[in-house]
Amino acid sequence: MTVKELANNINAKILAGNNGVENEVTCGYCGDLLSWVMGRAKESSAWVTVMGNVNAVAVAVLADISCIVLAENSALDEDAKIKADEHDIPILRTDIPQYELCVAIEKLLK
Amino acid sequence: MSESVKLSFPVLADDFSHAGEASGSLKRTLKKLGIDMEVIRRVSIAVYEGEINMVIHADGGVIDAEISAESIEVWLRDKGPGIKDVELAMQEGYSTARDHIRALGFGAGMGLPNIKKYTDEMSIETEIGVGTTVYLKVNIT
Repeated sequence: MTVKELANNINAKILAGNNGVENEVTCGYCGDLLSWVMGRAKESSAWVTVMGNVNAVAVAVLADISCIVLAENSALDEDAKIKADEHDIPILRTDIPQYELCVAIEKLLK
Repeated sequence: MSESVKLSFPVLADDFSHAGEASGSLKRTLKKLGIDMEVIRRVSIAVYEGEINMVIHADGGVIDAEISAESIEVWLRDKGPGIKDVELAMQEGYSTARDHIRALGFGAGMGLPNIKKYTDEMSIETEIGVGTTVYLKVNIT
């Protein structure tokens, strides 16, 4: 599934990183502690989090994460948006709570 | 690659908005050299963790990398306060990061353990009040 297809399926808005929407998503990861995510998220993950800062984007870039999915309408910092555009990391946002969002994504990936 | 490639990146203190640029630059260079993607990912994660440590705990520092046909070696040198108890610092979940750092999503106590996890060799030289050098090596198989 591509990031674009994921966004359509969960009714998420794409806030940044439009050039990366054809990235393939093969699995998911959920968490807000950056090093925890770095250590455990697999490549090509859709990363569900409430952490919309510039450091989250750096983590996504370095760990080959396909997209960041901001749950519960969490905030995206302006400098994070700029960095995501620069590095083609799509950032999706939805109002769905974190747990339910993970369940929804898991169903789509199966 | 007949000769090794040497790179050097400065890391600034307390600059969270630019943290990740050194590891990002290294990652781009490794991609250009055609290194295996999984090797690149391991190096990138390990170096980013080290870079973040330099921003959080030390007054920045310098990252030197040497890329050869066999391996990627990286030295992360800082002139920070040094690590009091290396064994403790290597334990998952142990962190001395303050609250404002944790609010950014850091301070999980996974930095050094992640470096160990993603590298083939790792060592730490540290002296209180003088600084710390983290060495890491990832083999290119």
